[in-house]
Amino acid sequence: MIAEAGLAALWLAAALSLLQLFLGIAALRPGGEGLLRAVRPVAVAQGVLAALAFLILIWLFLRTDLSVELVAANSHSAKPWLYKFAGSWGNHEGSMLLWVTVLAVAGGAVALFERKLRQDTLIATLAAQALIGLGFYAFLLFASNPFTRLFPVPVEGNGLNPLLQDPGLAFHPPTLYFGYVGISIAFSFAVGALVTRDVGPAFARAMRPWILAAWIFLTLGIVAGSYWAYYELGWGGWWFWDPVENASLMPWLAATALLHSVTVLATRDGLRAWTVMLAVVAFSMSMIGTFLVRSGILTSVHAFAVDPQRGAFILALLILYIGGAMALFGLRVGTVKEGSRFDLVSREGSLVANNLLLSVILGIVFVGTLYPLGVEAVTGEKLSVGPPYFNTAAGPVALILVALMGAGPLLRWRSDRPSALVTRMSVPVLLSAASLLALIVLAPGIGIFPLLGLSLAPGVAAASVAPLWKRNLRRTPLFTWGMVVAHLGIAVSMAGMASESAFTKETLVAASPGQTMHVGPFNVRFDSVEPVAGPNWTAIEARLTARRGEGTPFELRPQARMFSSPSTPTSEAAISTVFDGQLYVAIGEEDQQGRWQIRLWWKPAVTLIWFGGILVALGGFLSLIGRVFRERRSAAAKEVAAGADMPAKEVLV
Amino acid sequence: MKRKNQRLILLVMAVVAILGAVLLAMSAMRDQAAFFYAPGDVARKGLPLDRAVRIGGMVKQGSIQRHPDGVTINFVVFDETDATIPVQFRGITPDLFQENSGVVAEGRFQPNGSFVASEILAKHDENYMPPRLGPQGQHRTDTLE
Repeated sequence: MIAEAGLAALWLAAALSLLQLFLGIAALRPGGEGLLRAVRPVAVAQGVLAALAFLILIWLFLRTDLSVELVAANSHSAKPWLYKFAGSWGNHEGSMLLWVTVLAVAGGAVALFERKLRQDTLIATLAAQALIGLGFYAFLLFASNPFTRLFPVPVEGNGLNPLLQDPGLAFHPPTLYFGYVGISIAFSFAVGALVTRDVGPAFARAMRPWILAAWIFLTLGIVAGSYWAYYELGWGGWWFWDPVENASLMPWLAATALLHSVTVLATRDGLRAWTVMLAVVAFSMSMIGTFLVRSGILTSVHAFAVDPQRGAFILALLILYIGGAMALFGLRVGTVKEGSRFDLVSREGSLVANNLLLSVILGIVFVGTLYPLGVEAVTGEKLSVGPPYFNTAAGPVALILVALMGAGPLLRWRSDRPSALVTRMSVPVLLSAASLLALIVLAPGIGIFPLLGLSLAPGVAAASVAPLWKRNLRRTPLFTWGMVVAHLGIAVSMAGMASESAFTKETLVAASPGQTMHVGPFNVRFDSVEPVAGPNWTAIEARLTARRGEGTPFELRPQARMFSSPSTPTSEAAISTVFDGQLYVAIGEEDQQGRWQIRLWWKPAVTLIWFGGILVALGGFLSLIGRVFRERRSAAAKEVAAGADMPAKEVLV
Repeated sequence: MKRKNQRLILLVMAVVAILGAVLLAMSAMRDQAAFFYAPGDVARKGLPLDRAVRIGGMVKQGSIQRHPDGVTINFVVFDETDATIPVQFRGITPDLFQENSGVVAEGRFQPNGSFVASEILAKHDENYMPPRLGPQGQHRTDTLE
């Protein structure tokens, strides 16, 4: 009965989203004011029901209820409970249910917590969110029902792809989805504001925390996915420009641009139409990503479905929603008034540059990801676009963007003197120039991108913290701290990427136990090979002892695993993190002479890549808290007296 | 930007930036257009000796040979045409690399027509078939993850 309850909850939620849409439309028509108060509770109930359906699916997986087709096809009673739990979204139907649940819960959260937005805009926003939801409920119920029963009930399930049997599965997909699908809120806000002609600073201030929240999750999800690929795949790479990676990067680029343009709109009432456009684009990228990953046109660990009908369904939804939003934008953009003006050299000017460069990178990634698919679909010719394309096309733009990121926060709003900027940037520029010279002298022969990245990083880091210079740190608003931390995170992450690509040392040998190898500053002794067993796998485990100079030795245990259900080999790398980098070891096969293939990497400062990413997310989090509290306090202050010092404070924010 | 038509200027800048991106993308793409080679493509497109490319096809039964150093292997890739590419690779092969199954490798062609792979891309799907050998002839693209 439990599966039927889940299906019923899903149907009810779908019905409520239909009700939410019609109530919203009716409430916005003349004479419909009486219905305004009904929309919020419906949105909340819809969110609760979708969450309930999802919890029921998790429950079915935890119990390994094999009478449910999805559980039988993707789970196994011998799996550790964590993977039973996380495995509920490690398949097509379950992941789409998670998608819809996040959509509905996000809508419910807006209904519950959003108090700043004009009421008619809020209702229009919720109606838009319901409209998106309807399409995806239909997709679930008609093409991807997770609760289908199976008869006769099998004795055992098929198990989960071993590559997914990793703690990362519990964290990466939900985080990414919260960001990915959470961006739908920005889309619905934009649609709502276009419908009610409410595009302005108040709207931007209301929308900003929601964008920030989704963006934080998206950032964390990408960082987690990158680290997961790094340690699970065993090739030591952290980003492959793979279409599924690009599918998560594109919404992030758009959301990052949106985050910055919405600040211009909220603070200076500029970039009105552009901000609305970006909100539409950001969620469009999420939907395109969903299409790429879920339709089965890519063969990947992420693609569970190879049913062309499902792909067509998502494609139809995508065209409908993006097309509809673009049409609405085209119709209403004329009614969006032009915002206030500003100088080229100003905070606004730098944010415009940020937006343009992010859009350029987005365009490059978009073309590189979709063009080959388009060509293959039309002509059948296979075009493979790889890292060389993305690195040469997007790399220079990204470097310019990062350099500008250092300068932007040091500019004043509206208008500033170029000479003042030169003064403020003198220390960062000197730092970067010094690093560049030092690198050329001390590390000749490193590639141009790592060289520029490593020289830019210290300067940009210094420029990022410069907004705190000579300020009372206690009175500095949290959202300023947020910006500083996030920008610093980008510099840190870039230093890590550049260092990884410039200084990685690799050793590849076939070694017998007892032999000693060298990689970078480490001596690594190959001690022995032991068989080991886990709950649903057996493995050959190599024991190695690594030592740096005269330091304390430490052990590394890479494994070659064989999972039992389904029977699949995987390689588990051993990674040892020290303060200045990581030692990474993977083992391969044994040959006739009893030698084992061993691959060792010494990757200096590689951890900075993800540490920087976490800083970026932390910065977003500080901003979010700062914004929410500032709004609360300023709302309270307004009741006491009209705040007089607001504009002065905003100047350097 | 104090002129009256700031909006127009911003719009033009945006259009120029996006166009620039597409042009940049297209020109980079042209260099990459012939990035993927199936064995049958080599005769048709010529040997690309000046850059790194990807090849893909099936590993021929019985063609994997191991070198005495323990980390270098040779194998032969074929496709539905009769063409083959001899490949040399130094490294640890992915878990799913085996004879008679699909493979995608990145590296450089040598003047004699052989291919030195710097990387063998894993197919994390034991049922992977290169598109032209796929059972249903669906549009599927290989990806790394």
